[in-house]
Amino acid sequence: MPTVRLDGETDFDGWRTAARRLRAAGVPPEAVTWSTESELFADEIEAAPGASAVTAPAAFVDLARDVVLHRSPSRWDALYRLLWRLKDEPRLLALATDEDVQRAVHLQREVSRASHKMKAFVRFRDVPHPEGEAFAAWFEPPHRVLEKTAPFFVRRFTAMRFSILTPDLCAHWDTRTLSFTPGEDRASIPPPDALEEAWTLYYASIFNPARLKVRMMCKEMPKRYWRNLPEAALIPDLIEKAATRTTAMVHADPAQTRRRVAGRAEAKADPAPSTNDTAPASLGAIADLIQGCRRCDLWRDATQGVPGEGPHDAPLMVVGEQPGDQEDLAGRAFVGPAGGVLDRAFAEAGVDRARLYLTNAVKHFKHEPRGKRRLHKTPNAGEVKACRWWLDSERSLLRPRVIMTLGATAAAAVIGKPTPVLKARGQAILLDDQSQAIVTLHPSYLLRLPDEAAKAEGFAMLVEDVRTAAKLAGL
Amino acid sequence: MHASPQLKQKLAILSDAAKYDASCASSGAPARNSVGGKGVGSTEGMGICHAYAPDGRCISLLKILLTNFCIYDCAYCVNRISSNTPRARFSVQEVIDLTLGFYKRNYIEGLFLSSGIIRSADYTMEAMVRVARGLRLDHDFRGYIHLKLIPEASPELVVEAGLYADRVSINVELPRDASLRALAPEKDAGQIKKAMGAVRLGIEERAEDRKGRGKVKPPAFAAAGQSTQLIVGADQASDDEILGKSETLYGGYRLKRVYYSAFSPMQDGSKALPLARPPLMREHRLYQADWLLRFYGFGRGEITSGLPGGMLDLAVDPKLGWALANRGRFPVDVNRADREALLRVPGLGVSSVDRLLAVRRQKRVRLEDVRRLCKAIVKVRPFIVTEDWSPGALTDSADLKARLTPAVPAEPRQLSLF
Repeated sequence: MPTVRLDGETDFDGWRTAARRLRAAGVPPEAVTWSTESELFADEIEAAPGASAVTAPAAFVDLARDVVLHRSPSRWDALYRLLWRLKDEPRLLALATDEDVQRAVHLQREVSRASHKMKAFVRFRDVPHPEGEAFAAWFEPPHRVLEKTAPFFVRRFTAMRFSILTPDLCAHWDTRTLSFTPGEDRASIPPPDALEEAWTLYYASIFNPARLKVRMMCKEMPKRYWRNLPEAALIPDLIEKAATRTTAMVHADPAQTRRRVAGRAEAKADPAPSTNDTAPASLGAIADLIQGCRRCDLWRDATQGVPGEGPHDAPLMVVGEQPGDQEDLAGRAFVGPAGGVLDRAFAEAGVDRARLYLTNAVKHFKHEPRGKRRLHKTPNAGEVKACRWWLDSERSLLRPRVIMTLGATAAAAVIGKPTPVLKARGQAILLDDQSQAIVTLHPSYLLRLPDEAAKAEGFAMLVEDVRTAAKLAGL
Repeated sequence: MHASPQLKQKLAILSDAAKYDASCASSGAPARNSVGGKGVGSTEGMGICHAYAPDGRCISLLKILLTNFCIYDCAYCVNRISSNTPRARFSVQEVIDLTLGFYKRNYIEGLFLSSGIIRSADYTMEAMVRVARGLRLDHDFRGYIHLKLIPEASPELVVEAGLYADRVSINVELPRDASLRALAPEKDAGQIKKAMGAVRLGIEERAEDRKGRGKVKPPAFAAAGQSTQLIVGADQASDDEILGKSETLYGGYRLKRVYYSAFSPMQDGSKALPLARPPLMREHRLYQADWLLRFYGFGRGEITSGLPGGMLDLAVDPKLGWALANRGRFPVDVNRADREALLRVPGLGVSSVDRLLAVRRQKRVRLEDVRRLCKAIVKVRPFIVTEDWSPGALTDSADLKARLTPAVPAEPRQLSLF
């Protein structure tokens, strides 16, 4: 029965060389003994003549590199068992329910957890050094993860001199080179430094005694680590006093609260409930008042009311349906994708956007959440009707010669009845206040069209209608 | 560095004052380290919790207030102007020194700085930005920085904060706008939403600018995104309402996280608050439901419809609750069902399902295989069919909920304060 003697507890290369030979020679796992004891002599294993090279997937090599760091004496055997089977079962590692795979994966998980916890629980102490600032830490990792984890500390503290001492091995970084020396014992623990007390004080103060979850703490910060964590010494006392402290808080008389408080900030005024029917005095007033609008419920899930924008004597008013996602965030009309289409149509028609007044039939963004997005939802007749208060106020303050409506919602809001867009588009419609309406497509409709030809056709219609409206408005 | 008694006293006051903010995450920052720099610090994607307090919360960052003096009077806050809590104020330099001192000892991943409002929003925000600027520019600090934003602060300060911070946050605190009005009269729910909207636009604009523009890229804006916190149980909002608020916040402002913080009794609490505290389990159930919405393809209506008062069941997790109410969709055949259907099986998480799918490509799945992939087969078994197992009448049995509910609840259900 072959015995393989490895050169040290984490001798991955030695294991790999031996394992390759054994596999090539067809020596089954149960016939091999792995040892890191130096007094044993290894049997010479000869590669079987003509045996094909042993290959293993890269994922196995990564797994094996981690597993050898585990303290379990059976780790070598666990790995060889996998290697043995991989020849006939190349997809074995994906078989998470396999006993051998589970065992190796379990070992790997414990190693990687030990490495992660090392990143978390190493506590450096300031130590004297002839060349200036230097730090040292004593740490006892459950597995041999120092070599694996030391580069993390180098990346994090490149400009800082430090040593991490463990019983297995010690790592030293002098700001240029990482070196290792043999393990030390607890006599080498550096003494507490001047800031440690501030840290334990912070630990005690950030703890909320009104919510005790000791099990959760112990799961994430296992007791085995406590003796090297300065803050852990406080835990028993914090737990013991938690109940008394909470009871004291609960029973403290709230009436003792200070009554007179100088320098308190002003309470925010209620947003004008804006259900009153006094007509707003200016377009600026409308912009303010819609922030407090409660005429329908759309304000609730929207960020803000989006006011109209443009010169107060614009001869052409453009009315869309409602703000979209981008408009809702920015608080400005037509700044999203549909606004982009509209801008292109203005440019194509030779119309300067800065001379128009752009607004929406509904001032808040109606949408429904869908995962991480907000999906546009068409406002219903009630919401459009509620918001007409603002649209009509804008119309009577602005008195535009022409109103161009984009899409069905805007057409209905301006004309006062459902109007089929494609049928009615492009022809002037006389409105009650003697202004004229031009009905056209909504630019977002063009964005939703699937094929390019239909898009181009729709865009041409939009441009044509913009031209008609601008001409009618004398622009 | 040495911590004087005065500094320690400030630290005690200003960390005690910061503990009601649940967030302590240090994840999501772009990968960077101190190689080639003159300071310390690295972020490698995954956050690190450097300690856990007996409240079960992770301590990843130095979470402190710059000051707990405050001109606001928010009833739910320990630092409101009318409370008798002791007050203190750090200098900008003190926070910088503490952060670096703690960081070099590997106590923390970085700084989470918040503050009471003193003088004005801009005055306070400017001081907080100075701390972050000092750490980044003077000390080349490359660790994690989370800055609390003040909604009323000027846009220029917010932009500068986003330049130095990995994460920014504004706390919504109360699920109902009307409660915010009642309990925090100086705050403005509308302003909070606008500020969060502006942050999202800032993040997206900068991400767009950084796309394929050669080597010189403008620095990221709050690359680890924004988050917020909702206090649970300080107003009457139901779980359904709270989740609805979260849905709106996630969708509208692309938040990385919504934190739920069960309202907790505190030193010098306000009379305006409820006398009964919500069970911590309620907070836990909300997190589970939040997870189902974000990673398991559930809609809010599916989770909360039919729940009495819109409240999640404290006795069972929301996925099990949904499955018990929708038994017609079970049992699911683990050898045939698609990923979406498997994700809906109680007791199977995302990683269990992915491993199960990989195993399924190689062999017929048996009950023993599922047992090896999940934490508690008892919970999974009634809802699945395998090569060698069918739950039969178990799926529809009247006492299934009782069988799957632990006999003794893990925590007291409702802790009354009297």
